[in-house]
Amino acid sequence: MFASCADPKSLEGLTWLLCYLTSGKHLDFYWSFLTVLLLLAITAPVALAMGFGGAMAARSAFLPLRLIGKGYTSMVRGVPDIVFFLFFVIALDQAIEWSVHQIRCPDWTEPIRNGLEFRVCPQAKVPLSSSAQIWHQAYGFALAIFTFAIVFGAFAANVLYGAMNAVPRPQLETGEAYGMSQGQVFRRILLPQMWVYALPGLSNLWMILIKATPLLFLLGVKDIVYWARELGGSKTQAYEYPHPDWRLWYFLGLLVFYLLFTRLSELVLGRIGARLSRGQATAAGEAMRKAGA
Amino acid sequence: MSCWQTIQDYGLRSIGIGVNLLPKSDFTLCQQFTLIGSGLIWNVYFGALALALGFVFATSLALAKSARAPLIRKPAEWFIFIFRGSPLFIQFFLAYEALQMLPRAGITLFGLTIETSWTTRAWAGALFVLFLNTAAYAAEIFHGALRSIPKGDLEAADAYGISGWQKFRRIEWPTMLRLAWPAYTNEAIFLFHATTLVFFSSFPAFQQRGDALYYANYFADKTFNPFVPYPIVAFYFICLTLLLTFGFGLVNRYLNRHLPSNQKSRIRLRPQLIR
Repeated sequence: MFASCADPKSLEGLTWLLCYLTSGKHLDFYWSFLTVLLLLAITAPVALAMGFGGAMAARSAFLPLRLIGKGYTSMVRGVPDIVFFLFFVIALDQAIEWSVHQIRCPDWTEPIRNGLEFRVCPQAKVPLSSSAQIWHQAYGFALAIFTFAIVFGAFAANVLYGAMNAVPRPQLETGEAYGMSQGQVFRRILLPQMWVYALPGLSNLWMILIKATPLLFLLGVKDIVYWARELGGSKTQAYEYPHPDWRLWYFLGLLVFYLLFTRLSELVLGRIGARLSRGQATAAGEAMRKAGA
Repeated sequence: MSCWQTIQDYGLRSIGIGVNLLPKSDFTLCQQFTLIGSGLIWNVYFGALALALGFVFATSLALAKSARAPLIRKPAEWFIFIFRGSPLFIQFFLAYEALQMLPRAGITLFGLTIETSWTTRAWAGALFVLFLNTAAYAAEIFHGALRSIPKGDLEAADAYGISGWQKFRRIEWPTMLRLAWPAYTNEAIFLFHATTLVFFSSFPAFQQRGDALYYANYFADKTFNPFVPYPIVAFYFICLTLLLTFGFGLVNRYLNRHLPSNQKSRIRLRPQLIR
């Protein structure tokens, strides 16, 4: 990065460290933090939307829809999420390739599941084996996001379902008494009030989501854990910057990153909670009213 | 080969008893069920031991966090913050690297040589991390319960002249447990789920003696078919969860036995997923 770093072997002390920390691979490492943030930024709203859909379905008056909603919310309860992560990525990948295979190669005669192999025609590979490396990475990342969204959506659905039921029933009845339709009651009364009940669960979920991001590594995305292992491993003299095994320090760095991140989230969520409690018929809202008066 | 034979061969494979060679081809459903079930022994081992040891430590941590002296309170607060605020995954990696840095030959202390090589093995190292982790989570639950002990109970204890250890043993601790139990049940369930992470924790599986996920992954890799082994793991864990819920429910009944039925606390499963 800097001109003075051209010959790292001749450097000493702080300049060496500075050059080391700005080497090309380290810049990739710093970018991978953005990957994590990007995953969070995409997954959180998508999971929330899926959770909302799941909760709505679970409340639906139409039986099959309700069953789907209930099934979705209880799906992740008894099973370790890791199993889902491992399972979904492979299953999704195979499902996509299988459907593409059906479309692109209708006259392919060989069986797809041949003994121990899963083989689709070359045109059905997703992404095509001829496509650039970046597409392979993007595909892996998209699969990871989808998996995260499904799993966390189920948890969000749980929380939102509980929150919708927690809104005091008389509030809704009052709406009905004023002649509002079901949709209006839902939009004008239930929806604005449910968030204060949902917030503790959702903040918990957000914390868990943050702490789940290292799993990206398991899904084959080059995230911070990947780079920490890669960069921290001991480097012999053949490398530009030889050093012993420093993985401990890299992981310590990741630990600090996560601690700062969760702490910051806690503070922000605390503020949102205070904002949402204003004027609510809850203990927190009552305390605020008294403090203000 | 009959299924019974397979169970005899592989039922205890994960702890090194039985046939050494894992099946290489022509996997039967029975083999998958048996081996994954045998791997579950490790999950139960990690979960049960970490929970039991963590319970004691968590109680002391919760008390330390409620202490008035900052010298006791602060370290407990930091410990809980660090273990609850960071991913278990990172904690595993960090612990593994840290334990690797211990001198290979062992530490000599007052003429005694303490072996260190066993600490990097999963049965000790991973258990240690899980123990600290669950202690931190449970301590937070217990701390919350300690703070919500009814004021009247404590005043009544004072009025009867009960104080110090007696007060803790007879009033505070049972009430704390009773209040914390539903949340603690969830913590236990998700600790058992978290034991699956050991497979990824870079603590190596010695001589292919791994946990349930290790064998599931083995089968998924060999057959390119995730639709059999992972649902088997899921099945086992659902059974485990039901068993835990039942056991903890019994304890909950015991803790609430003196209360009128409308005040008993009920256990509700809450999602907690990854730590």
